[in-house]
Amino acid sequence: MCTYITEKVTVEGSGKGAGGWFGLTEASVYFDHPVHASAEHTLNIDFLAPERGPSARVAVELSVASARALAQAIEAALAAAPPGLT
Amino acid sequence: MYDAMMAETIGFAGHGGDVIEGYLARPLGPGPSGSVVVIHHMPGYDAPTKEITRKFAAAGYLALCPNLYTREAPEASPDDAAAAVRAQGGVPDERLVGDVGGAVSYLRAMPASNGKAGVIGYCSGGRQAFLAACSLPLDAAVDCYGAFVVGTPPEGMPLKVGPLLHLAGNLSCPLLGLFGAEDNHPSPEQTAELDKELTRLGKTHEFHTYEGAGHAFFAVDRPAYRPEAANDGWRRIWEWFGRYLGN
Repeated sequence: MCTYITEKVTVEGSGKGAGGWFGLTEASVYFDHPVHASAEHTLNIDFLAPERGPSARVAVELSVASARALAQAIEAALAAAPPGLT
Repeated sequence: MYDAMMAETIGFAGHGGDVIEGYLARPLGPGPSGSVVVIHHMPGYDAPTKEITRKFAAAGYLALCPNLYTREAPEASPDDAAAAVRAQGGVPDERLVGDVGGAVSYLRAMPASNGKAGVIGYCSGGRQAFLAACSLPLDAAVDCYGAFVVGTPPEGMPLKVGPLLHLAGNLSCPLLGLFGAEDNHPSPEQTAELDKELTRLGKTHEFHTYEGAGHAFFAVDRPAYRPEAANDGWRRIWEWFGRYLGN
């Protein structure tokens, strides 16, 4: 995959992968060629727990519009949460 | 014509003597045959790359694709392995040369080998094919849209790779380059610079840049696939390896 900028984020939470639920410690966000999505480039997010090995991964590949909509939806959901919970 | 072939997963000695996984495809006839090391693209040692490896065997070559991610992710699926290696900065150049060198030695030692060996790589493997051809005694090489042979990676890129143009004087074999005019990595300007330098150095090479094609135009399972460019590219690959790896 050949475009390259990667944002790494330390995360706390859980994800459900092929082997079931596991605790997440890291996320990689990058714009690159997808493995599966039908687009030449997608916004990819890998939710990871590197200490559990490469297969501890929850991956998404999103179109640009979807990725932007998701980012807004996350902000909107957080903004709508009752004060004191976020 | 007897055309039986076999494809299987093997272990062979790579860089530092480490036993790494590889996908070996070969005609079952007695040979003698030329050999091709297939360097997989950044998304890894995946089914399409194994299909390419079998394609070389079907064309009469002993072909071996090393799993360059064996060490980091021996049991993982190709996409998980690629994500892990990408996050760690990619495959170190020195290790790549050792792994490809091990694959070449393995193939040249096969009873059906004619002693000639070439390398082909796609995407990041295109850069690595050039690196291998500048670091090992080979008979032919093909670089399919390898980025950062010329040009410095952008800030923030996780891959720890640098340009290779300074190695061009060590190129050990004829090089075929197949690129897309709409690719940014490598851009037509960058491949033109490499072309110019190889010409200056008197190195046998042939570059083709396809209009209407971008990065990964050989990838039949991706939207980037461009049949006209890919078909012409394959024709040129067969000619190139036929000329330099044939008997």
